Amino acid sequence: MPPHDHDHGSELSEMSLRVRALETVLTEKGYVDPEALDAIVETYETKIGPRNGAKVIARAWSDAAFKRALLEDATKAVAEFGEVGRVGDHLVAVENTSKLHNIVVCTLCSCYPADLLGLPPVWYKSAPYRSRAVRDPRGVLADFGVNLPSDTEIRVWDSTAETRFLVVPLRPPGTEGWDEERLAALVTRDSMIGTGRAKNPEEVGP
Amino acid sequence: MNGLHDMGGMDGFGKVEPEAGEPVFHAPWEGRVIALTRAMGAAGAWNIDMFRATRESQTPSVYLNSSYYKSWALVVEALAVKRGYVEPDELAAGHALHPARSLPREVLRRDGVPASIRRARFERPSTSPPLFEVGARVRTKNIHPATHTRLPRYARGRLGVIDRVLGFQVFPDSSALGSGDAPRWLYAVVFDGRELWGADADATLKVSIDAFEPYLEAA
Repeated sequence: MPPHDHDHGSELSEMSLRVRALETVLTEKGYVDPEALDAIVETYETKIGPRNGAKVIARAWSDAAFKRALLEDATKAVAEFGEVGRVGDHLVAVENTSKLHNIVVCTLCSCYPADLLGLPPVWYKSAPYRSRAVRDPRGVLADFGVNLPSDTEIRVWDSTAETRFLVVPLRPPGTEGWDEERLAALVTRDSMIGTGRAKNPEEVGP
Repeated sequence: MNGLHDMGGMDGFGKVEPEAGEPVFHAPWEGRVIALTRAMGAAGAWNIDMFRATRESQTPSVYLNSSYYKSWALVVEALAVKRGYVEPDELAAGHALHPARSLPREVLRRDGVPASIRRARFERPSTSPPLFEVGARVRTKNIHPATHTRLPRYARGRLGVIDRVLGFQVFPDSSALGSGDAPRWLYAVVFDGRELWGADADATLKVSIDAFEPYLEAA
Protein backbone atom coordinates (compact mmCIF):
# COMPACT_ATOMS: atom_id res chain seq x y z
CA MET A 1 0.00 0.00 0.00
CA PRO A 2 1.32 3.46 -0.78
CA PRO A 3 1.74 5.47 2.42
CA HIS A 4 -0.84 8.09 1.49
CA ASP A 5 -3.57 5.46 1.29
CA HIS A 6 -3.17 4.14 4.76
CA ASP A 7 -3.16 5.59 8.19
CA HIS A 8 -0.08 5.58 10.29
CA GLY A 9 -0.61 4.89 13.96
CA SER A 10 -0.01 8.54 14.75
CA GLU A 11 -2.59 9.72 12.24
CA LEU A 12 -5.03 7.23 13.69
CA SER A 13 -4.95 8.60 17.20
CA GLU A 14 -4.66 12.19 16.00
CA MET A 15 -7.64 11.74 13.69
CA SER A 16 -9.62 9.88 16.29
CA LEU A 17 -9.33 12.89 18.62
CA ARG A 18 -9.87 15.42 15.89
CA VAL A 19 -13.01 13.79 14.54
CA ARG A 20 -14.38 13.34 18.06
CA ALA A 21 -13.92 17.08 18.64
CA LEU A 22 -15.68 17.87 15.36
CA GLU A 23 -18.58 15.55 16.17
CA THR A 24 -18.89 17.02 19.67
CA VAL A 25 -19.07 20.58 18.37
CA LEU A 26 -21.63 19.71 15.68
CA THR A 27 -23.70 17.72 18.19
CA GLU A 28 -23.62 20.38 20.92
CA LYS A 29 -24.74 22.96 18.39
CA GLY A 30 -27.67 20.74 17.43
CA TYR A 31 -26.66 20.22 13.80
CA VAL A 32 -26.30 16.45 14.00
CA ASP A 33 -27.95 13.71 16.04
CA PRO A 34 -25.49 11.02 17.22
CA GLU A 35 -28.16 8.34 16.86
CA ALA A 36 -28.52 9.18 13.21
CA LEU A 37 -24.74 9.05 12.84
CA ASP A 38 -24.72 5.58 14.41
CA ALA A 39 -27.41 4.48 11.97
CA ILE A 40 -25.41 5.74 8.98
CA VAL A 41 -22.30 3.85 10.06
CA GLU A 42 -24.37 0.74 10.72
CA THR A 43 -25.99 0.97 7.29
CA TYR A 44 -22.65 1.11 5.52
CA GLU A 45 -21.17 -1.65 7.67
CA THR A 46 -24.05 -4.11 7.52
CA LYS A 47 -26.76 -3.23 5.00
CA ILE A 48 -25.22 -1.93 1.78
CA GLY A 49 -22.56 -3.87 -0.02
CA PRO A 50 -21.59 -5.76 -3.17
CA ARG A 51 -24.05 -8.56 -2.32
CA ASN A 52 -26.83 -6.18 -3.38
CA GLY A 53 -25.25 -5.61 -6.77
CA ALA A 54 -24.58 -9.33 -7.14
CA LYS A 55 -28.29 -10.11 -6.76
CA VAL A 56 -29.09 -7.67 -9.55
CA ILE A 57 -26.47 -9.21 -11.84
CA ALA A 58 -27.65 -12.75 -11.09
CA ARG A 59 -31.18 -11.72 -12.06
CA ALA A 60 -29.89 -10.11 -15.26
CA TRP A 61 -28.06 -13.32 -16.18
CA SER A 62 -31.20 -15.37 -15.52
CA ASP A 63 -33.90 -13.21 -17.02
CA ALA A 64 -33.42 -11.64 -20.45
CA ALA A 65 -36.35 -9.26 -19.99
CA PHE A 66 -34.89 -8.00 -16.72
CA LYS A 67 -31.49 -7.54 -18.36
CA ARG A 68 -33.07 -5.47 -21.14
CA ALA A 69 -34.89 -3.35 -18.55
CA LEU A 70 -31.68 -2.94 -16.55
CA LEU A 71 -29.72 -1.75 -19.57
CA GLU A 72 -32.58 0.57 -20.53
CA ASP A 73 -33.10 2.22 -17.10
CA ALA A 74 -31.14 0.68 -14.25
CA THR A 75 -32.64 2.81 -11.46
CA LYS A 76 -36.15 1.78 -12.47
CA ALA A 77 -35.26 -1.87 -13.03
CA VAL A 78 -33.57 -2.16 -9.62
CA ALA A 79 -36.56 -0.52 -7.92
CA GLU A 80 -38.94 -2.97 -9.60
CA PHE A 81 -36.64 -5.89 -8.77
CA GLY A 82 -37.45 -5.12 -5.14
CA GLU A 83 -34.85 -7.34 -3.48
CA VAL A 84 -32.18 -4.74 -2.80
CA GLY A 85 -34.24 -1.67 -1.97
CA ARG A 86 -34.41 1.50 -3.97
CA VAL A 87 -31.29 3.05 -5.39
CA GLY A 88 -30.76 6.65 -6.37
CA ASP A 89 -31.41 8.08 -9.79
CA HIS A 90 -29.03 8.10 -12.71
CA LEU A 91 -27.82 4.50 -12.41
CA VAL A 92 -26.64 3.17 -15.78
CA ALA A 93 -25.81 -0.50 -16.36
CA VAL A 94 -23.35 -1.38 -19.13
CA GLU A 95 -22.88 -4.90 -20.42
CA ASN A 96 -19.66 -6.74 -21.10
CA THR A 97 -19.61 -8.98 -24.16
CA SER A 98 -17.00 -11.20 -25.74
CA LYS A 99 -15.96 -8.15 -27.81
CA LEU A 100 -16.31 -5.33 -25.28
CA HIS A 101 -15.07 -4.84 -21.73
CA ASN A 102 -16.33 -1.93 -19.60
CA ILE A 103 -14.42 -0.32 -16.74
CA VAL A 104 -15.67 2.38 -14.36
CA VAL A 105 -13.52 5.09 -12.78
CA CYS A 106 -13.86 8.54 -11.28
CA THR A 107 -10.70 10.42 -12.21
CA LEU A 108 -11.80 13.58 -10.37
CA CYS A 109 -12.85 12.14 -7.01
CA SER A 110 -14.50 8.89 -5.95
CA CYS A 111 -17.93 8.65 -7.61
CA TYR A 112 -19.15 5.06 -7.29
CA PRO A 113 -22.52 3.23 -7.36
CA ALA A 114 -22.54 3.15 -3.55
CA ASP A 115 -26.31 2.59 -3.31
CA LEU A 116 -25.77 -0.80 -4.84
CA LEU A 117 -22.16 -1.76 -4.03
CA GLY A 118 -21.50 0.00 -0.71
CA LEU A 119 -18.58 2.34 -0.15
CA PRO A 120 -15.74 2.16 -2.65
CA PRO A 121 -12.55 0.30 -1.74
CA VAL A 122 -9.37 2.28 -1.06
CA TRP A 123 -7.82 1.37 -4.41
CA TYR A 124 -10.79 2.82 -6.33
CA LYS A 125 -10.19 6.21 -4.66
CA SER A 126 -6.41 6.02 -4.99
CA ALA A 127 -4.17 8.04 -7.28
CA PRO A 128 -2.77 4.99 -9.13
CA TYR A 129 -6.23 3.84 -10.25
CA ARG A 130 -7.64 7.28 -11.00
CA SER A 131 -4.61 8.35 -13.02
CA ARG A 132 -4.15 5.19 -15.07
CA ALA A 133 -7.59 3.74 -15.72
CA VAL A 134 -8.39 6.19 -18.53
CA ARG A 135 -5.04 5.89 -20.26
CA ASP A 136 -3.67 2.42 -19.57
CA PRO A 137 -6.63 0.27 -18.62
CA ARG A 138 -4.88 -2.92 -19.76
CA GLY A 139 -2.04 -2.12 -17.37
CA VAL A 140 -4.54 -1.55 -14.57
CA LEU A 141 -6.29 -4.81 -15.38
CA ALA A 142 -2.91 -6.57 -15.24
CA ASP A 143 -2.50 -5.22 -11.68
CA PHE A 144 -5.71 -7.14 -10.93
CA GLY A 145 -4.45 -10.24 -12.71
CA VAL A 146 -6.87 -9.82 -15.60
CA ASN A 147 -5.65 -10.16 -19.17
CA LEU A 148 -8.07 -9.51 -21.99
CA PRO A 149 -7.60 -10.65 -25.59
CA SER A 150 -5.70 -7.97 -27.50
CA ASP A 151 -8.64 -7.30 -29.82
CA THR A 152 -11.25 -6.80 -27.08
CA GLU A 153 -12.51 -3.24 -27.14
CA ILE A 154 -12.14 -1.47 -23.80
CA ARG A 155 -14.62 1.19 -22.81
CA VAL A 156 -13.75 3.29 -19.79
CA TRP A 157 -16.57 5.25 -18.16
CA ASP A 158 -15.21 8.26 -16.27
CA SER A 159 -17.90 9.22 -13.73
CA THR A 160 -17.59 12.97 -14.11
CA ALA A 161 -21.22 13.83 -13.28
CA GLU A 162 -23.96 12.19 -11.19
CA THR A 163 -24.43 9.15 -13.42
CA ARG A 164 -23.32 5.99 -11.64
CA PHE A 165 -22.20 3.03 -13.70
CA LEU A 166 -22.65 -0.66 -12.99
CA VAL A 167 -20.88 -3.23 -15.15
CA VAL A 168 -22.83 -6.37 -16.04
CA PRO A 169 -20.01 -8.91 -16.26
CA LEU A 170 -19.97 -11.89 -18.60
CA ARG A 171 -21.75 -14.93 -17.20
CA PRO A 172 -19.14 -17.61 -16.58
CA PRO A 173 -19.31 -20.79 -18.66
CA GLY A 174 -20.51 -23.95 -16.97
CA THR A 175 -23.31 -22.25 -15.03
CA GLU A 176 -26.26 -23.35 -17.15
CA GLY A 177 -29.29 -24.07 -15.01
CA TRP A 178 -27.89 -22.41 -11.89
CA ASP A 179 -30.38 -20.55 -9.70
CA GLU A 180 -29.89 -16.88 -8.86
CA GLU A 181 -28.46 -17.51 -5.43
CA ARG A 182 -25.67 -19.70 -6.81
CA LEU A 183 -25.03 -17.25 -9.63
CA ALA A 184 -24.84 -14.31 -7.22
CA ALA A 185 -22.01 -16.04 -5.36
CA LEU A 186 -19.93 -15.76 -8.56
CA VAL A 187 -20.39 -12.00 -8.88
CA THR A 188 -17.51 -10.11 -7.29
CA ARG A 189 -17.42 -6.43 -6.48
CA ASP A 190 -14.56 -5.93 -8.91
CA SER A 191 -16.47 -7.64 -11.72
CA MET A 192 -19.17 -4.96 -11.34
CA ILE A 193 -16.55 -2.18 -11.56
CA GLY A 194 -14.84 -3.85 -14.51
CA THR A 195 -11.50 -4.57 -12.85
CA GLY A 196 -12.31 -8.23 -12.47
CA ARG A 197 -14.28 -11.08 -13.99
CA ALA A 198 -17.04 -13.06 -12.36
CA LYS A 199 -15.70 -16.19 -10.69
CA ASN A 200 -15.72 -19.51 -12.47
CA PRO A 201 -17.72 -22.38 -10.92
CA GLU A 202 -14.55 -24.17 -9.77
CA GLU A 203 -13.55 -21.10 -7.72
CA VAL A 204 -16.55 -21.37 -5.41
CA GLY A 205 -16.85 -25.12 -4.93
CA PRO A 206 -20.04 -27.17 -5.18
CA MET B 1 -9.71 24.41 -11.19
CA ASN B 2 -6.58 22.79 -12.52
CA GLY B 3 -5.91 20.92 -9.29
CA LEU B 4 -4.13 17.78 -8.32
CA HIS B 5 -7.48 16.02 -8.01
CA ASP B 6 -7.71 16.00 -11.82
CA MET B 7 -5.53 12.91 -12.14
CA GLY B 8 -6.63 11.24 -15.36
CA GLY B 9 -3.55 10.35 -17.44
CA MET B 10 -0.89 11.34 -14.90
CA ASP B 11 2.20 9.17 -14.50
CA GLY B 12 4.17 8.17 -11.46
CA PHE B 13 1.62 6.98 -8.93
CA GLY B 14 2.59 3.35 -9.27
CA LYS B 15 0.60 0.15 -9.30
CA VAL B 16 -2.96 -0.31 -8.16
CA GLU B 17 -2.78 -2.37 -4.98
CA PRO B 18 -6.07 -3.93 -3.96
CA GLU B 19 -6.30 -4.94 -0.31
CA ALA B 20 -7.59 -8.46 0.28
CA GLY B 21 -10.52 -8.60 2.69
CA GLU B 22 -10.67 -4.83 3.01
CA PRO B 23 -12.95 -3.69 5.85
CA VAL B 24 -15.61 -1.03 5.21
CA PHE B 25 -13.72 1.29 7.58
CA HIS B 26 -10.12 0.97 8.73
CA ALA B 27 -10.81 2.80 12.00
CA PRO B 28 -14.03 3.86 13.74
CA TRP B 29 -13.37 7.57 13.13
CA GLU B 30 -13.62 6.99 9.37
CA GLY B 31 -17.25 5.93 9.78
CA ARG B 32 -17.95 9.00 11.90
CA VAL B 33 -16.51 11.24 9.17
CA ILE B 34 -18.78 9.88 6.47
CA ALA B 35 -21.74 10.00 8.87
CA LEU B 36 -21.04 13.67 9.70
CA THR B 37 -20.71 14.43 6.01
CA ARG B 38 -24.04 12.77 5.16
CA ALA B 39 -25.84 14.32 8.15
CA MET B 40 -24.66 17.87 7.45
CA GLY B 41 -25.47 17.43 3.76
CA ALA B 42 -28.96 16.12 4.56
CA ALA B 43 -29.59 19.17 6.74
CA GLY B 44 -28.63 21.43 3.83
CA ALA B 45 -25.45 22.87 5.36
CA TRP B 46 -23.81 22.55 1.94
CA ASN B 47 -24.26 20.66 -1.33
CA ILE B 48 -22.15 17.92 -2.86
CA ASP B 49 -20.54 20.27 -5.37
CA MET B 50 -19.37 22.60 -2.59
CA PHE B 51 -17.96 19.55 -0.85
CA ARG B 52 -16.03 18.46 -3.93
CA ALA B 53 -14.83 21.99 -4.66
CA THR B 54 -13.53 22.36 -1.11
CA ARG B 55 -11.67 19.08 -1.29
CA GLU B 56 -10.11 20.05 -4.60
CA SER B 57 -8.95 23.30 -3.03
CA GLN B 58 -6.81 21.49 -0.48
CA THR B 59 -3.15 22.21 -1.17
CA PRO B 60 -1.61 19.40 -3.23
CA SER B 61 0.57 18.16 -0.38
CA VAL B 62 -2.42 17.89 1.96
CA TYR B 63 -4.59 16.29 -0.74
CA LEU B 64 -1.99 13.63 -1.52
CA ASN B 65 -0.71 12.93 1.96
CA SER B 66 -4.05 12.62 3.69
CA SER B 67 -5.92 9.36 3.75
CA TYR B 68 -9.30 9.60 2.03
CA TYR B 69 -11.33 10.07 5.18
CA LYS B 70 -8.81 12.44 6.73
CA SER B 71 -9.17 14.57 3.62
CA TRP B 72 -12.96 14.43 4.08
CA ALA B 73 -12.70 15.38 7.76
CA LEU B 74 -10.70 18.47 6.80
CA VAL B 75 -13.40 19.37 4.27
CA VAL B 76 -16.18 19.05 6.86
CA GLU B 77 -14.23 21.31 9.22
CA ALA B 78 -13.49 23.84 6.49
CA LEU B 79 -17.06 23.96 5.19
CA ALA B 80 -18.58 24.15 8.68
CA VAL B 81 -16.45 27.24 9.28
CA LYS B 82 -16.84 28.76 5.82
CA ARG B 83 -20.63 28.37 5.85
CA GLY B 84 -20.85 29.97 9.30
CA TYR B 85 -21.98 26.96 11.34
CA VAL B 86 -18.85 26.68 13.47
CA GLU B 87 -16.02 28.98 14.47
CA PRO B 88 -12.39 27.89 14.50
CA ASP B 89 -12.06 28.32 18.27
CA GLU B 90 -14.82 25.75 18.74
CA LEU B 91 -12.92 23.16 16.72
CA ALA B 92 -9.82 23.87 18.77
CA ALA B 93 -11.76 23.58 22.04
CA GLY B 94 -13.75 20.55 20.98
CA HIS B 95 -16.92 22.19 22.32
CA ALA B 96 -19.58 24.63 21.23
CA LEU B 97 -18.70 28.17 22.33
CA HIS B 98 -21.08 30.24 20.21
CA PRO B 99 -24.78 30.15 19.36
CA ALA B 100 -25.83 27.80 16.55
CA ARG B 101 -26.98 29.03 13.18
CA SER B 102 -30.19 27.62 11.77
CA LEU B 103 -29.89 24.95 9.11
CA PRO B 104 -31.82 25.13 5.81
CA ARG B 105 -33.45 21.74 6.47
CA GLU B 106 -34.39 19.56 9.43
CA VAL B 107 -31.66 17.91 11.44
CA LEU B 108 -31.24 14.33 10.25
CA ARG B 109 -32.76 11.82 12.67
CA ARG B 110 -32.44 8.04 12.72
CA ASP B 111 -35.65 7.46 10.75
CA GLY B 112 -34.44 9.70 7.94
CA VAL B 113 -31.18 7.83 7.44
CA PRO B 114 -32.20 5.39 4.66
CA ALA B 115 -33.45 8.25 2.47
CA SER B 116 -30.42 10.40 3.26
CA ILE B 117 -28.01 7.70 2.16
CA ARG B 118 -29.77 7.13 -1.15
CA ARG B 119 -28.36 9.38 -3.82
CA ALA B 120 -30.18 12.59 -4.52
CA ARG B 121 -31.99 13.43 -7.72
CA PHE B 122 -30.07 15.82 -9.95
CA GLU B 123 -32.52 15.88 -12.85
CA ARG B 124 -34.52 19.10 -13.29
CA PRO B 125 -37.43 20.00 -15.60
CA SER B 126 -35.90 21.01 -18.93
CA THR B 127 -36.35 24.53 -20.21
CA SER B 128 -34.87 23.95 -23.68
CA PRO B 129 -34.26 21.03 -26.04
CA PRO B 130 -30.76 19.46 -26.09
CA LEU B 131 -28.41 21.01 -28.65
CA PHE B 132 -26.87 17.66 -29.58
CA GLU B 133 -28.27 14.31 -30.63
CA VAL B 134 -26.77 10.87 -30.17
CA GLY B 135 -24.11 10.41 -32.85
CA ALA B 136 -23.30 14.12 -33.18
CA ARG B 137 -19.63 15.06 -33.37
CA VAL B 138 -18.61 17.52 -30.70
CA ARG B 139 -15.43 19.10 -29.47
CA THR B 140 -14.90 19.78 -25.79
CA LYS B 141 -13.95 23.36 -25.10
CA ASN B 142 -10.43 24.27 -24.11
CA ILE B 143 -11.43 25.99 -20.89
CA HIS B 144 -9.60 26.37 -17.61
CA PRO B 145 -11.96 27.83 -15.04
CA ALA B 146 -10.28 28.71 -11.75
CA THR B 147 -13.38 27.47 -9.94
CA HIS B 148 -15.00 24.02 -9.78
CA THR B 149 -15.62 22.18 -13.04
CA ARG B 150 -16.23 18.57 -14.00
CA LEU B 151 -14.49 18.69 -17.37
CA PRO B 152 -11.21 16.84 -16.78
CA ARG B 153 -8.06 18.28 -18.30
CA TYR B 154 -7.29 15.18 -20.35
CA ALA B 155 -10.56 15.63 -22.24
CA ARG B 156 -10.37 19.35 -23.08
CA GLY B 157 -10.18 20.46 -26.69
CA ARG B 158 -10.87 16.89 -27.87
CA LEU B 159 -13.08 15.54 -30.60
CA GLY B 160 -15.74 13.12 -29.45
CA VAL B 161 -19.17 11.74 -30.25
CA ILE B 162 -22.38 12.07 -28.27
CA ASP B 163 -23.07 8.56 -26.99
CA ARG B 164 -26.06 9.21 -24.73
CA VAL B 165 -28.24 12.12 -23.74
CA LEU B 166 -28.36 11.69 -19.96
CA GLY B 167 -30.78 14.40 -18.93
CA PHE B 168 -31.12 17.99 -17.79
CA GLN B 169 -29.18 18.14 -14.56
CA VAL B 170 -27.77 20.39 -11.88
CA PHE B 171 -24.66 22.14 -13.25
CA PRO B 172 -21.83 21.60 -10.74
CA ASP B 173 -19.86 24.62 -11.98
CA SER B 174 -22.72 26.81 -10.70
CA SER B 175 -23.89 24.77 -7.75
CA ALA B 176 -20.40 24.63 -6.23
CA LEU B 177 -20.36 28.43 -6.05
CA GLY B 178 -23.73 28.61 -4.34
CA SER B 179 -25.10 30.21 -7.51
CA GLY B 180 -28.02 27.82 -7.89
CA ASP B 181 -28.71 24.62 -9.82
CA ALA B 182 -28.53 26.34 -13.24
CA PRO B 183 -29.38 22.95 -14.85
CA ARG B 184 -27.90 22.06 -18.24
CA TRP B 185 -28.14 19.15 -20.67
CA LEU B 186 -25.77 16.35 -19.80
CA TYR B 187 -24.30 13.89 -22.30
CA ALA B 188 -22.03 10.87 -22.32
CA VAL B 189 -19.33 11.85 -24.82
CA VAL B 190 -17.05 9.11 -26.09
CA PHE B 191 -13.50 9.62 -27.36
CA ASP B 192 -11.07 7.33 -29.13
CA GLY B 193 -8.05 6.55 -26.99
CA ARG B 194 -5.80 7.98 -29.72
CA GLU B 195 -7.65 11.30 -29.70
CA LEU B 196 -6.87 11.62 -26.00
CA TRP B 197 -3.44 10.02 -25.72
CA GLY B 198 -1.87 10.23 -29.16
CA ALA B 199 -0.98 7.82 -31.92
CA ASP B 200 0.75 5.35 -29.60
CA ALA B 201 -2.36 4.80 -27.51
CA ASP B 202 -4.17 1.48 -27.27
CA ALA B 203 -6.21 1.22 -30.48
CA THR B 204 -8.93 -0.75 -28.68
CA LEU B 205 -9.52 1.99 -26.08
CA LYS B 206 -12.53 4.26 -25.87
CA VAL B 207 -13.11 6.62 -22.96
CA SER B 208 -16.26 8.47 -22.14
CA ILE B 209 -16.95 11.34 -19.80
CA ASP B 210 -20.24 12.84 -18.73
CA ALA B 211 -20.13 16.36 -20.13
CA PHE B 212 -22.51 19.25 -19.59
CA GLU B 213 -23.59 21.21 -22.65
CA PRO B 214 -21.53 24.32 -21.76
CA TYR B 215 -18.39 22.15 -22.07
CA LEU B 216 -19.18 21.29 -25.69
CA GLU B 217 -19.29 22.81 -29.15
CA ALA B 218 -20.40 21.30 -32.45
CA ALA B 219 -17.59 19.82 -34.54
